[in-house]
Amino acid sequence: MQDSKTNYGKERLRDMMIRRSSGRKLVDKVVSIFAVFSVILAVVLLGSILIEVIINGAGALSINFLTQPPGAIGSGMGGIGPAIQGTLIIVGLASAIGTPVGVLAGIYLSEFGGHGIFPSVVRFFNDVLVGLPSIVIGIVAYITLVLTLGSFSVWAGAFALSIIMIPIVTRVTEETLKIVPNSVREAGQSLGIPKRKIILRIVLPSAKSGVITGVILAIARIAGETAPLIMTILGTDLFFTTLRGPVDALPLRIWRLASQPYEYAHSFGWGAALILILLVLGLSLGLRLVAHKRGFKIRTIAAG
Amino acid sequence: MNVKRGIIILTESREKRNKKLSSFFLSGKRRGDKIFYIVVIGAAAYTLLMLALILYAVGSGSVKIFSFEGFKFFTSTDWNSVEGRESFGAFPYIIGTLISSAVALAIGVPLSLGIAIFLSEMSSSKILSKISGPLSFVIELLAAVPSIIYGLWALFVFRFWILNLIEMPLYNAFGQSIPFFGVTPFGLDWFTAGIVLAIMIIPIVSSICREVIRAVPDSQREAAYSLGATRWETVRIAIFPYAKSGILGAILMGLGRAIGETMLVTLVIGNAIGASAIPTSLFSPSQTLSSLIANEFNEASSDLHLSALIGLGAVLLMLTMAILIGARLLVARMVKVSPGARE
Repeated sequence: MQDSKTNYGKERLRDMMIRRSSGRKLVDKVVSIFAVFSVILAVVLLGSILIEVIINGAGALSINFLTQPPGAIGSGMGGIGPAIQGTLIIVGLASAIGTPVGVLAGIYLSEFGGHGIFPSVVRFFNDVLVGLPSIVIGIVAYITLVLTLGSFSVWAGAFALSIIMIPIVTRVTEETLKIVPNSVREAGQSLGIPKRKIILRIVLPSAKSGVITGVILAIARIAGETAPLIMTILGTDLFFTTLRGPVDALPLRIWRLASQPYEYAHSFGWGAALILILLVLGLSLGLRLVAHKRGFKIRTIAAG
Repeated sequence: MNVKRGIIILTESREKRNKKLSSFFLSGKRRGDKIFYIVVIGAAAYTLLMLALILYAVGSGSVKIFSFEGFKFFTSTDWNSVEGRESFGAFPYIIGTLISSAVALAIGVPLSLGIAIFLSEMSSSKILSKISGPLSFVIELLAAVPSIIYGLWALFVFRFWILNLIEMPLYNAFGQSIPFFGVTPFGLDWFTAGIVLAIMIIPIVSSICREVIRAVPDSQREAAYSLGATRWETVRIAIFPYAKSGILGAILMGLGRAIGETMLVTLVIGNAIGASAIPTSLFSPSQTLSSLIANEFNEASSDLHLSALIGLGAVLLMLTMAILIGARLLVARMVKVSPGARE
């Protein structure tokens, strides 16, 4: 008797709550549906990009396409050989400049920086530098290198890309080194090892995977940059000859091909895009798979 | 694992060093450390040097146009590089930049928040938790796709979706009556550019938002749920206030990207010049600061023309610097949860 009464009371209470809260539940449902909808929309749109690049790009691929220089405009002949070569050269050169500078600056911020004024200023403006539009950095490379040296050059392109790369590497290095436990440094110090050796031989190697992650993600980022290349390397139909002259690059070639009014040029553009995306996603995907296997986590770099 | 390896190296080097202990302690150690310190502080200073170089180069490059046009550079709508009749005004491109970025935020931010909420708050059920891992992986991967590829896709694929699904129906329905829909659409306009920019910023904005939301302590959620709040109410009263500055920082980060983006915009915005770049309709072609620079930089006919383009770069630089500094002050590294600290 007593039992059924309380049950009845409970049921009434529940009914009341449900009735009063039906509006709230509706709002909750709507928001949930919106969240699911946005996920589906993003997956469809972003998936469409990958699928279109793969389908349209695969049709253009051939040995000639990958190795030949571009033919005369409108001829439908040639390939993107110089662009692939140029991208590898510029990105290689930019990372040869950017990696050591970025890693050393990251070491400074993590190991010597603390919370003084100078390191805080460096940290602040490093973060600002990460987000600056790449076309502005292209203008800077144009004024400082192209105008003074008198010609568009590989150096100018690599310089511009290194400015984009350095702040990313600096930030990741600093953050990764900071995770290395202090006891490791203290152990080194107690043995009388010089600070530089503690850092270079003990701290840096234990943070190796994180630093390499940052470098590879930065390389993936600069490999796809187009805007700064317009005013630094200009683009050419010829294979690389000198570091002081213009060179071609994949993103630049895609832009030029897409702007041409020929059907075959668009197809070539998709082909070049497929190669670029394989390069960029190959780098970060490979990295993430290795990271997953080794069990370390990759943070999204808010690379502005 | 890595730490262990470090200790092995440590003991090895210790043995080696014991042999010439005295000379080592007295001379090389201090000097080597000092040189190393100078090298690393030099690398850190290089960052500041680059920023100074950027400000100096853009400033010096645009001196010519600012002395030629004065303040009119910001307000004039002319863009004429013909010798003898030169006149350069950045106004239409500032407008073009702002409205296309506004569209990008208006569409991109709600979707990004939806994705972030889905990934961090809705993965409680078994099915959802299984897909949320791979999903965030894919979305983060897409943050790495170069913008030129977004541009290529937008020009040859997505433009026609927008044209056929949104623009033509709107034009057919309201084209005669409302001037805002009164220009024949081709899919090459500021509206399309804004939508593609929105798609481009979704991966980065949603992954930062997700990290910020995940960093909110569970006690916040539990408190809200224990009061009988629904999931949305929990997000609204317990999570958003806590993650506010981080989310705002993510939005500003996305805004910075949208404003500075060049290649994608150049391909789909229609590249109008002068007064006609100020849109009169949703379907008008327009132009942004960066897209005009990209289009004309290599064909600049005179030093003044070149300086005008660099002047556009200066305006762009000022805009993004203001946004980035704001974002940096707001977020204050709130997003900076150390890797591995939270799963």
